[in-house]
Order: sequence, then C-alpha cells, then structure tokens
Amino acid sequence: MFADIIVTSVLLGGTYVLIALGLTMQYGVARIMNLATGETLVAAAFATFWLFTGFSVSPLVGLVVILPTAFTVNWLIYRILLTPLVRRAKNPGMLEVDSILATFGLLFVFEGLMLASFGGDYYNYSYLASPFEIFGQPFGLNRIVAFCAAAVIAALLYLGLYWTRYGTAIRAVAVDVVAAELVAIDVRKASALAFAVGGALTAAGGTLLSMFLTFDATIGIVFTMKALIIVIMGGVGDVRGAVIAALILAFAETMVATFVDPGLTLAATYLLFVLTLIFRPRGLFGRGA
Amino acid sequence: MSPREIAVFIASAMVFCALAFLPVLDQGYWLAIGVSIASFVALATAWTLFSGPTHYVSLASAAFFGVGAYVMAGLVDVLPWAALLLIAPLVGAALAAVVGLATLRLSGIYFVVFTLGLAELIRQLVTWFQTNFTTGVGLYVFTDITQPQIFRQLLVLCAAIYLVGWLINRSRLGFAMRIIGNDELVAAHCGIDNARAKIILFMISGAFMATVGAVMAPRWVYIEPAIAFNPLISFQVVIMALLGGTRRLWGPLVGVIPFTFLFEAISAEFPNHTSLLIGLAFLLIVYLIPNGVTGLIETLWARGRRLGRAEE
Repeated sequence: MFADIIVTSVLLGGTYVLIALGLTMQYGVARIMNLATGETLVAAAFATFWLFTGFSVSPLVGLVVILPTAFTVNWLIYRILLTPLVRRAKNPGMLEVDSILATFGLLFVFEGLMLASFGGDYYNYSYLASPFEIFGQPFGLNRIVAFCAAAVIAALLYLGLYWTRYGTAIRAVAVDVVAAELVAIDVRKASALAFAVGGALTAAGGTLLSMFLTFDATIGIVFTMKALIIVIMGGVGDVRGAVIAALILAFAETMVATFVDPGLTLAATYLLFVLTLIFRPRGLFGRGA
Repeated sequence: MSPREIAVFIASAMVFCALAFLPVLDQGYWLAIGVSIASFVALATAWTLFSGPTHYVSLASAAFFGVGAYVMAGLVDVLPWAALLLIAPLVGAALAAVVGLATLRLSGIYFVVFTLGLAELIRQLVTWFQTNFTTGVGLYVFTDITQPQIFRQLLVLCAAIYLVGWLINRSRLGFAMRIIGNDELVAAHCGIDNARAKIILFMISGAFMATVGAVMAPRWVYIEPAIAFNPLISFQVVIMALLGGTRRLWGPLVGVIPFTFLFEAISAEFPNHTSLLIGLAFLLIVYLIPNGVTGLIETLWARGRRLGRAEE
C-alpha cells in the first residue's frame, strides 16, 4: 500500500516538476508572475488531443511540434505584451502588479478561446493504457512513459542551464539583474529566452499530463495554483528546490486522495503552502526568513 | 467638516433616498440589474478600501461573499435574520484575519497566490463537510425577504461602506495606509506596524464583503457551494474596481455601472464568451487605462488646466 503511494506520487511528481520548472523560469528569471501558466498547459493538452485523434500522431512525437510552437508563442508574448510593462515599471512592485493583471487577461482570453473551439466538455484519449508492474503493483504504462519523458526534458534543461553560455546568462539574471547587466549580459534577451523556455516546459507538462488525465478548458487554474505553490515552496528561482517541492506536493495529494477524500486535494496543497509561509517563507533551501 | 464635505454629504443622502424608490418604478429588469449593481458597488468599494492603498490584488472576494451567504443560508432557520447580519461580518473578519496573518507579513505575491485559490479551497471544504456530515450539498433559504427589500438593504450597506471609507481616510489608520502605499520602508521607520495596519484594513474589507453575501443569500432560494463560491465574482470585482479607479472612494462606482450592463448583455447574448470579455477587460485596464477611468479624467483635467494657464 505504502509503496503504491510512493510510486504513484513520484510518477505524478515528474510532470509537476516540469510545470514548476516552467514557472520558475518565467518568474525567477524573467520576473513575470505568469498566472496564465495553467492555460498554456491546457492548450498543449488540447493540441496533443487534436494531433492524436485527428492525425494519429503519438503524444511524444507531438512534442516535436508543440514545444517549438509554445516556445515561439511565449517568446512573442514576452516581446509584444510584457516588454512594455517591464519598461514602464518604476519598481519591481509595479511590474508585479502589472504582470499579474496582464497575465490574468491572458488567462481568460486563452480560456475563452479554448471554450469557443472545444466547448466545456471533458476530454481524454487512450494512449498506452496497459498495465505495467512495479513492486508487483500494476501502474498505467502511460504514466510511466510520461514520467520518463519528463525526466529526460528536465535533464536537458539542467544541461542547458549549467553547460551553455545562454544557460549561464539566464542563471546570472535570476540572481541579480543589475549585476548581470554589468557583466554585459543582454538582460532583456535572456529574460525573453527564459520566458519562452518556461512556456515550452509548461507545454511539455501539459502534453504529458494529457496522456493520463482527463481535462477541460477551465481546469488550467488548478495547475496554476499547484505550480505557484511548488515554486514558492521550492524557493523562487531555485531549480533543485522546485524538483523536491513538486515531489512533496504530489506525495501530499496522493496521501489525501487515498486516505481522506479525492475532493480535498486543494486543501492538502494549501496546508503545505501555509506551513511554508510560516516556517520557510524563502523556500525549502532559502536562508532565514 | 468643510462646507464642501457637508454639501457632498447632503447630495449623497438625497441620491440614496431617491434610489430607494427604484423598486416602486419597476419590479423587473431594472430592479434585477439594480440589485446586481448595488451588490457589486458594495463589493468593489470594499475591495478598494484595502487594495486601493496597498496595491495588493486581492482575489478573496468570492470567498468572503460565499462565507457570508453560507452563514445566512445555514443558520436562517435557527437564528433571527438581524443576528445573522452581525455574525456574517464577524466571520468575514475572522477569515480575513487568518489570511492576513498567514500572508500580509510577507511580500505581496504570497497574498495574491493565497487569495487566488481561497474561494476554491473553502468550496472544497464546504462540499466535503456537507456530503459527509449533513444530508446533502445544497441548502434551501426560505425567508419572506423580497427583492425590493434586498435592494434597499444593499443601498444601506453601500452607504455604510462609503461612510466607513471616509472615516478611515480621516483616521490614523488611513494616514498610515497612505504612507505604506507610498513606501513601506518609510512607513516602518515612522513607527507604523505595517502588517498590523494591513490586517486591520483587510478585516474591515472582508467583513463588508461577507455582509454583501449574507444580504444577497435570500435572493436565491437554493444555495450550493458552486453558486456561493463562484470564483468569477473575485475577478469581476477586481475589474470593476480597477476600471473605475482605486484612488477615490467613489472610483469603483464608475467601473461597476458600465461593466455590469456589458456583462449582463454579453452573458445573455453570448453565454460562452464571458471569459473572453473578462480577459479583454483585464488587458484593456493594464495597457490603456492603468489608473482607471477616474484617474484618466483627473489626468485630462490637470492637463486641460495646465494648457489653460499656458494660454493666459
């Protein structure tokens, strides 16, 4: 029973990691609190569904189309919609309020467009829905494939961030914008790149989630909440913290869904959030309060 | 009080008295939209009491509203109606205190995230409680309160919110909030307990929003969590308040009236496109009128006067 819960939550946590990493790139580096992150995820889920049912493209192959599209769309959103806000902000507080309101706008526009094209119904499709045994317990093969794909993408991100010049620039901007400018990093370019990569990671999370979860046009906000709480729990801009926080959240949700009530998963999320705010407001690995 | 303030007082009192006669003229569409407008004026003005000076985007309106509605719906058979109108604001203030203590000591972003899911969290908890410990998810609200009465109750509530807002502006708390709004560090150096001031203001705001919920509850005969804790309410309140402008107490009023008509029209004609409307409204506010309509009018007014002076 316990091994069952551990495996389920690790498999779920894999995709949560991607969503949280996406938001970490966007908030931690580009300093944009993207509240439309859940809608990016749902849009990718719909795109995967459309490719799979309409053109029999498998979700993993679909990533080849979906990732570059999400990258480009998010890059354009940053350059066209968010750069004016970054320029006009007199202080970080103003940018925060403006970006919250602007991404609320995007949230509802995306949701409205998806409702208009797909309606309010629930969607799912059957892909690799055969059992696979771990520790003698059967698990959906699609969940395991999704976890492996998430691990590969997260590893690629790690390599990109720590082994390339672009990645180093992005990490420098995450630490200190002014200091990054002083060492001749084009902060605006690095921010746009981080925002676009963040969007692509979120979209990857959406594609992988759609392999085993039922979704509808309005479910985005649920994932936005999860991503936000993981990012805050892990510490803003902290990649390692986000990974561990995602696994903790998935574990807490699985525990509550198994032992209390599947309708109370948000309560579990909030409990973790409140504990973080009280004991470690700077994140799991943050220094002091 | 200055002569100008006395004049404003008398004029507002006359307007409120005149509005109280609306139900005599019409009992259909106009009364229904009047109730909508009055409830949103109360919510958006209460929202502005806190979010105006602090610039914290609160999305807890639906939570306060729903809690108030549930106090009324759940206890109306047990306690007298008037007592519930006193209990609802207390519950609202208590909820605000809990949220405030958890988040308002830290930076604004924690507050936004916490309030974003608050209505949904309480909805889940109420649903879970009702399915496990009571007979069913819904509640029936049987009272003999009619729609005209609800409208007049909301008018009184609006008047109370304006009065309290005016008193706060004159009080030490209002002065402290203006300093905090300009610069938190300066406020802290002046000896202001920033977190305490914010929490008190948030409690006042939450108490009023819960009262709106309690007053509105008899309008529906049947209440279930999905109706009372509709997250859309929070977003509508934010849009209306920002559209009008949050620098003046009467600013939200300017946003509520056109947006309510627009929203009613769109949801009647194109019920699937309300999300799109809300999204476009947010983008409009951020990109074109960041200080709201009243801020825009003030800027134009100041520019006009400067031009006038230059011509002299």
